[in-house]
Amino acid sequence: MNPASPAAAMTNWQAFLFTFFDAKTMATYAPKIAQGFLLTVELAILIVISGLALGLFLAVVRSFRIRPLNWLIVFAVDLFRALPPLVIIVFFYFGLPVVGLGFEGFTTTWLALTLVLAAFAEEIFWAGILAVPKGQWEAARSTGLGFLGTLGWVVLPQAIRMTIPPLTNRTIAITKGTALGSVVAVAEILSTAQSAMAESANPSPLTLGAIAYIILFVPVVIAGRWIETRFAWKR
Amino acid sequence: METLLDLRDAFFNLDIILRASPILISGFWMTLKLILTVVPLGLLGGLIVALLYTVPSRAVRWPLIVYVDLFRAFPPLVLLVFIYAGLPFAGYEISAFAAVSLGFFLNTSSYYGEILRAGIESIPRGQVEAARSTGLSKWQAMTWVVLPQAVRNVLPDLISNTLEVAKLTSLASVVALPELLFQARQAQSLTFNATPIMAAAIVYFVLLWPLVRLLSRLEHRMIASH
Repeated sequence: MNPASPAAAMTNWQAFLFTFFDAKTMATYAPKIAQGFLLTVELAILIVISGLALGLFLAVVRSFRIRPLNWLIVFAVDLFRALPPLVIIVFFYFGLPVVGLGFEGFTTTWLALTLVLAAFAEEIFWAGILAVPKGQWEAARSTGLGFLGTLGWVVLPQAIRMTIPPLTNRTIAITKGTALGSVVAVAEILSTAQSAMAESANPSPLTLGAIAYIILFVPVVIAGRWIETRFAWKR
Repeated sequence: METLLDLRDAFFNLDIILRASPILISGFWMTLKLILTVVPLGLLGGLIVALLYTVPSRAVRWPLIVYVDLFRAFPPLVLLVFIYAGLPFAGYEISAFAAVSLGFFLNTSSYYGEILRAGIESIPRGQVEAARSTGLSKWQAMTWVVLPQAVRNVLPDLISNTLEVAKLTSLASVVALPELLFQARQAQSLTFNATPIMAAAIVYFVLLWPLVRLLSRLEHRMIASH
């Protein structure tokens, strides 16, 4: 099992290839890691949808300016911005079962990251709503639109436009948190790669996992860069 | 009433907090040590990245873009596991602390680098020209004229990233570095009680909440000045 012994007779470069790019090990575990890839994508999409929806909902509730409710929202938002996501996941996964509220790893990770994304998104949406000039509100109201109509048809479309660059970056950062699911037994990319590495006593599956993350997130990061410049011009 | 007492025993158990406090406190110091290592290292790396960006050469610029995008694309935990579990196979034994420092350096220097680059690019060229015409050298102009204004312009982003880095240190628990979250998990699994995790969460909140508040204010002030 000593990874150095079969490599002893080879050159350093061959040894390196054998250790990190062993074709046989990679072929064996590629299907499992592909499954992990799909699960990561599924988890990420669910988090983005529920997190952004909850964040927008909270920002809309906040715009009614009901004091006690807003204090509650601000507190919740601050809480989920201040706590490390892994601490939230660990708390949900290991702490809540003590009072009979147990979730499995997938649900835990989804819930925790949804709350974190919602907190950041609420803050960003709210900043966007505040940035729409007061005249826009007044003009819309004077045409006979109600409060919700003004918010939905006049204010939000402008606010959301402004929030796209910061929101994109934050969303990318938080969906990368799906890797934290490996701590609570979610069979996503990292955890399948790790168990494959333990099983084969070779780090090639980890290389495969790294490649999977590059395939998944490099296009997202580049798209984020593009969105940032594209929407920055229009401000 | 009974459920309230149950909740108190499960999450705010005084007896357990007293028993767990020594290791929680040692975990807190380790977390602080990590933050004070990773943040300055990341800032320094980010500054180097941002300064290299100003070199007008594609041979410098393209590798930088690859570096920054690659390490922003990798989830930090993946980077950490790769370094900690992968490097020994290549013949390099690495301590958990060194693995965390290296992994987070690659990640945070990319983020800080992007932020500082944006800051430097926000300073009009005329500023540099004016500074140069007074007899300042290129580096003096950068150090005394461009950078101070650049940092001020992106201060909210720098603080926001620092907050993220501080939160990131909790990932070190995955490679068994005895920081706050790791110690809380240890105490929780020994006592079968969630109080240590609750205590750790409260410590993180108390430590980082001022930063969150400050950020919220800075962000709103930026919008108001628009």
